[in-house]
Amino acid sequence: MPSTGEALAITIPYRLLGHPTDLAGHVAAVGANPLPPAGASGWGEGFVSMLEASGLLGRGGAGFPAAVKLAVAHAAGPGGTVLVNAMEGEPASDKDKLLLIRSPHLVLDGAQLLAAASGARRVTVCVPDGRQHVASAVWRALRERVSGGCAPVPEIVVRPPDRFIAGEESALVRWVQSGESLPSFRPDKGTPLHIGRRSALVHNAETLAHVAMIARTGPDAFRSHGLVEDPGTSLVTLSGAVEQPGVVEIERGVPLIDIANRAFPDGPPQALLVGGYGGAWVGPAHFTTAYSSLALRAIGATAGVGIVIVLGRSACGLMESAHITRYLASQSAGQCGPCVYGLPAIADDLTRLARGQADPGLLARLQRRLGEVEGRGACRHPDGTVNLVRSALHVFAADVSAHANGEPCAHWSRPSQLRIPDTARLA
Amino acid sequence: MTTFRILIDPVACDAYGYCAELLPESVTLDEWGYPIVDGSPLPVELVAAAKRAARDCPRRAITVRERTSGR
Repeated sequence: MPSTGEALAITIPYRLLGHPTDLAGHVAAVGANPLPPAGASGWGEGFVSMLEASGLLGRGGAGFPAAVKLAVAHAAGPGGTVLVNAMEGEPASDKDKLLLIRSPHLVLDGAQLLAAASGARRVTVCVPDGRQHVASAVWRALRERVSGGCAPVPEIVVRPPDRFIAGEESALVRWVQSGESLPSFRPDKGTPLHIGRRSALVHNAETLAHVAMIARTGPDAFRSHGLVEDPGTSLVTLSGAVEQPGVVEIERGVPLIDIANRAFPDGPPQALLVGGYGGAWVGPAHFTTAYSSLALRAIGATAGVGIVIVLGRSACGLMESAHITRYLASQSAGQCGPCVYGLPAIADDLTRLARGQADPGLLARLQRRLGEVEGRGACRHPDGTVNLVRSALHVFAADVSAHANGEPCAHWSRPSQLRIPDTARLA
Repeated sequence: MTTFRILIDPVACDAYGYCAELLPESVTLDEWGYPIVDGSPLPVELVAAAKRAARDCPRRAITVRERTSGR
């Protein structure tokens, strides 16, 4: 990598948050975007290797190596599009909004670097329809970048619909291409995405901010944080029964409970919801689990899009799970039968259980439905829902047996402690 | 060695259920009438029936995938 990167590594601490919002301040704080000189040959290959050396994993949910995605787009040839995925459909996530409002140039620099490395001819920033404050922040940044000469390939903003599934990468690419916000059936999930015949490289906004920092500080500064197999820092949105909800930057690999404690929980948590509404509940037995893809997978959880929600002692985890499941069911794209019919059925079972209205066959039926729905959608929306419900049945097992015997949850009629869009709240 | 597997496109499928009639050994239906397959290789004697089920699906939602591994 360019020697300027190594020189800067000494002076810039590796962090995503806290850099100036305006272009002049941004450049003064972190240096100019290290784009290749015009006509440079072999720069793209070098950039792929540098990204590979950093070990950066995508921060949008799937945790896929960023260098592998870039290598595929690079091999597909020039003329493609880099899509900045700021759809952030998880209602409890704020990190991508925050990044685009506070540090838009970091995200856009990352997109320009990947465009240069893959030969893309356009950067398309996807901000949901309705999130006007985010779009305004990006537009303001784009104007500065045009006059500042920071956008060698054109940067535009597009406004897909604001719903949970719209940020699923195949749905996003399809919306850009045809205006339909629907996931595509891809038996091989690794199949490269295209807009027309050109490649579409989709990255979460936070992932791109990391790319921009890694290009400046070099891969070693990134690797000086986190774990060998899951390096760097991550943004996590904290909420629930806490005094100070918000977004924090943490090192990969720190214990879950240390992350939750950054938000000052109201008393010892009953459980943590990790990864978002398509994530999993984690009980006290696993509060010290490391926040890394591998460690979380080992306990049936996922880092997801970087969400930790604290469930207080006075809440019912099953009822909250029923609220979430109802919401997720309402957010189905409506394409696949098992998702369209299965998720509402699962939400009904869970609601009856929490209310102490279980029929004798309920638990067996719910388990069967979970097994049958899993893996049978075009996208992973039903799988995330199934995983959430399974984790609820496991972590709140004592509540499950009490409620299954007809004892309703003491808290079932209380409003949810979670952020769930109103349209999906239980009656 | 060549193996055959049934792949169902869940977007295309509209729960006609012909596949479960034509290939009960490999396809069962869930409570809403949508087909469940386990994704394992088809027994050789069922390959012809699976191809017929794929041809007869009104939604063209079934693919019989052929994979040759060099072992």
